[in-house]
Amino acid sequence: MNQKGIDTILKKHGYEDSSIIAILQDLQEEDNYLSENDLVYISENLPIPLTRIYRIATFYNAFSLTPRGKYPINVCLGTACHVRGAPMVLDRLRLELGIDVGGVTEDGLFSLETVNCLGACAMGPIVVVGKDYHGQMTPAKVGTALKKYQKPSKE
Amino acid sequence: MKSINTPQELEKIRKEIVDGRDPEKPCIAITSGTSARAYGSEKVIDTLRAELKRQGLTEKIGIRITGGQGFDEREPLVIVYPQDILYQQVTPKDIAEIVSETLLGNRIIDRLLYTDPHTEEKIANKDDIPFYKAQTPYIFGNNSNIDPTSIEDYFAIGGYSALAKVLTEFSPEQVIDIIKKSGLRGRGGGGFPTGIKWESCRNAPGNKHYVICNADEGDPGAYMDRGLLEGNPHSIVEGMMIGAYAIGSDEGYVYVRYEYPLASENVEKAIEQLREYGLLGKNILGTAFNFDIKVSRGGGAFICGESTALMASLEGKVGEPRAKHIHTVESGLWDQPTDLNNVETWANVPLIINKGVDWYTSIGTEGSKGTKIFSLVGKVKNTGLVEVPMGMTIREIVYDIGGGIAGNGTFKAVQTGGPSGGAIPASLIDMPVDYDKLAEVGSMMGSGGMIVMDDKTCMVDIARYFMNFLKDESCGKCTTCREGTRRMYEVLDAIIQGEGKEGDIELLEELSWVVAEGSLCALGQTAPNPVLSTIQYFRDEYEVHIKEKRCPAGVCKALITYSIDEENCTGCGACKKVCPVEAIAGEKKELHTIDPDKCIRCGACIAACNFDAVKVE
Amino acid sequence: MIKFTIDGVEVEAEEGQNVLQVALDNGFDIPHLCYHEALEPYGACRLCQVEVTRGNRTRLTTSCNYPALEGIKVQTGTEKVMKARKMVIELLVARSPNVPIIKEVAEEYSVETPRFTLEDDDCILCGLCERVCREIVGVEAISFLGRGSDRKVGPPLEINPQTCIACGACVYICPTDCIKVEENENERTIVRWGRTLPMKKCTVCRRSFAPWFQLDYFGKITEGIPKDFWDKCPDCR
Repeated sequence: MNQKGIDTILKKHGYEDSSIIAILQDLQEEDNYLSENDLVYISENLPIPLTRIYRIATFYNAFSLTPRGKYPINVCLGTACHVRGAPMVLDRLRLELGIDVGGVTEDGLFSLETVNCLGACAMGPIVVVGKDYHGQMTPAKVGTALKKYQKPSKE
Repeated sequence: MKSINTPQELEKIRKEIVDGRDPEKPCIAITSGTSARAYGSEKVIDTLRAELKRQGLTEKIGIRITGGQGFDEREPLVIVYPQDILYQQVTPKDIAEIVSETLLGNRIIDRLLYTDPHTEEKIANKDDIPFYKAQTPYIFGNNSNIDPTSIEDYFAIGGYSALAKVLTEFSPEQVIDIIKKSGLRGRGGGGFPTGIKWESCRNAPGNKHYVICNADEGDPGAYMDRGLLEGNPHSIVEGMMIGAYAIGSDEGYVYVRYEYPLASENVEKAIEQLREYGLLGKNILGTAFNFDIKVSRGGGAFICGESTALMASLEGKVGEPRAKHIHTVESGLWDQPTDLNNVETWANVPLIINKGVDWYTSIGTEGSKGTKIFSLVGKVKNTGLVEVPMGMTIREIVYDIGGGIAGNGTFKAVQTGGPSGGAIPASLIDMPVDYDKLAEVGSMMGSGGMIVMDDKTCMVDIARYFMNFLKDESCGKCTTCREGTRRMYEVLDAIIQGEGKEGDIELLEELSWVVAEGSLCALGQTAPNPVLSTIQYFRDEYEVHIKEKRCPAGVCKALITYSIDEENCTGCGACKKVCPVEAIAGEKKELHTIDPDKCIRCGACIAACNFDAVKVE
Repeated sequence: MIKFTIDGVEVEAEEGQNVLQVALDNGFDIPHLCYHEALEPYGACRLCQVEVTRGNRTRLTTSCNYPALEGIKVQTGTEKVMKARKMVIELLVARSPNVPIIKEVAEEYSVETPRFTLEDDDCILCGLCERVCREIVGVEAISFLGRGSDRKVGPPLEINPQTCIACGACVYICPTDCIKVEENENERTIVRWGRTLPMKKCTVCRRSFAPWFQLDYFGKITEGIPKDFWDKCPDCR
């Protein structure tokens, strides 16, 4: 993000260093990950020790220090989803995408993550692709679900 | 928007709103919480709006978009008023028909009605549906009556009358007394008496007191708080304001977990609207009570549900708990006296004030008063959020409300309390659900997750699942939790891989002891519970895995094989098509076979087969 | 003065002291790895656990962060304490079997081969390095990163901490000796963090004595010290 954009975020949160988590969330929402340059800028301008930023960015699951896919995929591994077969869905995704959890596909389209409960247990197993929730997922449905995003975008 | 400066003005506005609404006016309510949206409710709403516009009915017919109404399995739910007819699993294609047939034509569309699987009866009215019939939704029921983004809707159902009553009729000490007498216990899992907590906080020295709503709801499989925050955020804010008054606080925080964006949004909106009406800030309702409130989002860490970790997170730090020799009610957020309560606990407060202690204590059991909202999920037919009086039995919840086991499995266990809780076996199915009874059998109430398991659930796999969760969510600070949970996971993983050995169960028990006794916070202290309770009730299952290298439930991949049943196979080739590793061979119309060396037991063939021909051993 | 007992012996403490420090001052040998009297107690290693009876409640608790309170009864060697201590040591040995101090503690408490897969981590995550750097040196160059089983200590981006002044406090305080420093005439390197800084030579004796960056930092945080103070090594001042 450009410096002006970061300044806007810092201003929105009143330059409070106790709001660092919210600041990083706003940044990640825009850029899909947290880049070193941006974090250094925040460190210098909030101000807050860079060490503290990295401590927070590596502690909380919400943050990624490496670019994620255009469509980050989140597989819910909550207990209800687990009992309904979520691990098998995850395995199938690994096979289809050729990446492991934490990885990004060659074409940068998808990255694979797991989440420990989205709170939509009625439709488990759930896979979130980008911002779309796909419920009652089975290994067999994985291919079709992904196709929607692999089509060349006409937007 | 007019500023409301006195309780009389609040009543006036309330009356104006109610009088301005015609109860007979046709209206369609559609659920659109996170669950419903995942099922496409937003498209349904758009289609409805477009259809009403097309027919020139936008003025005549009201639309109310509500939060979840509990029966998530069947969402999106549409309720047509004033006929009070409930349609389930509504798609955009059904909208035109609903408008013309039911709204205008007063005719019921049978195919959209709920069908009772036992009697095959079609049921039109929500309260007659078994899922809802046995519930006592005093708190959650309001989700059906309001649009969570409309404070006027909340006023219309009596919102903030409890606050007005408290500010004008009771002293803070009297409010604490009411909550103490009500027997309200923390709904987040601890079950600590709320009134006593408030009292300790009030009495703690310090000129700044904070109130916090713990909306971190991290237990996987539990989403009651999400349902409340999305569907009725004002009920929580009102509760917090009453609590703040009682404790002597003027500043509150709602800490919402990162994974709940809609809940966060709806609470923010509620706060904004409250502020617009002049009901936040100084001299609320013309009294000396000042209060303001802010929403703070979590960063994706289960440990932040622990109160000291949550407060650290609010302060902009990592969620590392601290020793609780000094309690947070004395020294919490920014080292000030802080009262932290769960979402559902706060939501109970206005109810208690409005309906009174006598009414509230008439519900529930001796030690557990009031109702509890559970998320009934897993291998159960009717998945969703249910609100029942404390003391209802597991059987009643799982069968009368839940409709029994989904598919053709048999009931095996119910897991309550999330990663801090335990499994309750079928032999205890008639036990009443309350704080003390659950603790007695080696589990706990927890936040309300109730995960139903059948004979195809492997309890060793479940223990391993929880250990995997806990070792990743552990903050890693203390040796016992960090090293202990991952070593327990290693032992369990070895067992399900077929490498378990004699003495493993005893090793797990020993590790459980040191992790429980030696850990800094409740995550570590309760981490062994899922393992200990499954060993207690399903020890034989562990032993079969260890001694016979077999998984009776057919789950542990290393211990099972897939094969095709000669009798049932029609040679249709459906399985062959979906096998990702080409492990299935066979000609058309001939028996197919699975190569056990290639097979990865992914389950795709089982899902694809329409003849139940794939067998698991 | 606060009076309480340890293993039946009456001891005295001042307001604000923790049980472990009082015990050590009075000759009680409670093992500990993450405690240092100059730093805030952390409560991470769990080795200093004791049983404390307060009123009619007895519980197992770490002694480094338990406050000295009037009338409490502390017991350092009960069956429960020993069981907990031995298991903690076993877990540490499994993690770091080749670390000298771990081997020492294991021998002292007769902990033999752990029943878990042996690893070879030289860091026990006691946090003394990051605490000394933050609380005493004040440059906060390193911190904990990640969480759970992935938790480790390091600088941002895991190399070359920008605020590190190569003072060596972390080297000194580390109980497992896993932070090494290498030095020659021209530069000093804190090996574990990948931090290399050029050394300044004394204007009098011409020996290198401290990194430029470090002296610059000291100059910034002190007042009333003449600039040429930092040009001479401590021996020549």
